[in-house]
Amino acid sequence: MPNKYSNLCIAVTGLNANDNPGPGMAVIRSLREAFGAGLRVIGLSYESLEPGIYLREHVNKTYQIPYPTEGTSALLERLAYIHQQENLDVVIPNFDSELFNFIKIAPQLQQMGIATLLPSQQQLALRDKVNLKDFGTKNGFYVPADHKIYHADELKKAADEFNFPMVIKGKFYDAYVVYTMDQALKAFHQLNATWGVPVIAQQFITGTEINIAALGDGKGNNTSVVAMRKLYITDKGKAWAGVTIKEDKLIELAGNFAKATNWKGSYEMEIMSNAEGHLYILEINPRFPAWIYLTAAAGQNQPEAMVKMALGDDVLPYTDYQAGKLFVRYSWDHIADISDFQHISVFGEL
Amino acid sequence: MKIKSNIATSENGFIFNPATGDSFSGNAIAALLLLAMKSGKTESEIKQDILNRYNVSERQLDLDWEDWTVQLKEANLLETEG
Repeated sequence: MPNKYSNLCIAVTGLNANDNPGPGMAVIRSLREAFGAGLRVIGLSYESLEPGIYLREHVNKTYQIPYPTEGTSALLERLAYIHQQENLDVVIPNFDSELFNFIKIAPQLQQMGIATLLPSQQQLALRDKVNLKDFGTKNGFYVPADHKIYHADELKKAADEFNFPMVIKGKFYDAYVVYTMDQALKAFHQLNATWGVPVIAQQFITGTEINIAALGDGKGNNTSVVAMRKLYITDKGKAWAGVTIKEDKLIELAGNFAKATNWKGSYEMEIMSNAEGHLYILEINPRFPAWIYLTAAAGQNQPEAMVKMALGDDVLPYTDYQAGKLFVRYSWDHIADISDFQHISVFGEL
Repeated sequence: MKIKSNIATSENGFIFNPATGDSFSGNAIAALLLLAMKSGKTESEIKQDILNRYNVSERQLDLDWEDWTVQLKEANLLETEG
């Protein structure tokens, strides 16, 4: 029987399903599973070779949108055009770097009839890599010590304090574990060239890598929390295989984060559990992770819950999920025609 | 000495700790022991079963049992005794 969710039109970014995948395709998979055949998925892309553009059985139509550096007016203008064509119900941005703009235009989108479930700018800033240590100290979370590095010569101070190995991180993305000062300098210059300063030098914590995907209701609670242990990690530090795990203190940690921030929307906590069992927060990503479909497979479909919450519906918090659900990522050569590439490149639509 | 209640074991000796994601592969005897421990049998009951079924001396069994429990502890599979 048709219901209010039967014919939704949802726009999703993060279609770059490559070796460091954006979350878009996993979000779409979760949405298709929840909302069925009537769902229309609109891909929002930045580059012409994002694989999701060509996966037509998953993405009904894709529109290119302006890069975040082009500002909010350009984004709003483009989304208004797309809305005119597609009558969007919800938009789900999936990149850290685009969130600032999407949060800023969320009220205008709401006026146009496009729902979102996003944190505030203030919440976004709290968990920023640059502020994470201070946030942890203030709220009683374990966070590795760090130094914000603006000039290469400041690396020595960090190395003296942390010793090697230490982690050198970009402001938005990318991180390198470095074992010598030469490697640290190289990483600094690379990250500075890509993302600018500050580059973050962080204390290296050894242990077990665990990620938590969660959905905050904006009132200090989580509607969903699912924890995953990485089983296979790529050279970029990304999980290529993982398994859901269930441990009260992980759920509690996400609960404490939601309480401390009143987080609204999706987030991912990257955790290192050390030998003493302390849960160090390495990063908090303000969006769904690329492994988000695992939450649906384990019994908590977070993208589905997010859409319902964005549309203003009450969603009862999930209370359980299945531990031992495994994901193994794979790559696949999808075949498309050059005319598709030409179309998205020339017209910005496919 | 009790196996943690949430530990999942299979008949072929595969062990999964859902709290940590650790998994282990055990042999046929490990599968048998885990099944017996999970069913609530005491140490002496399990040992007696083994003595009845296998050609092993009591002394050797005690040594092997000690080794087994050390492995279980190291793998964090035992309930913490409070």
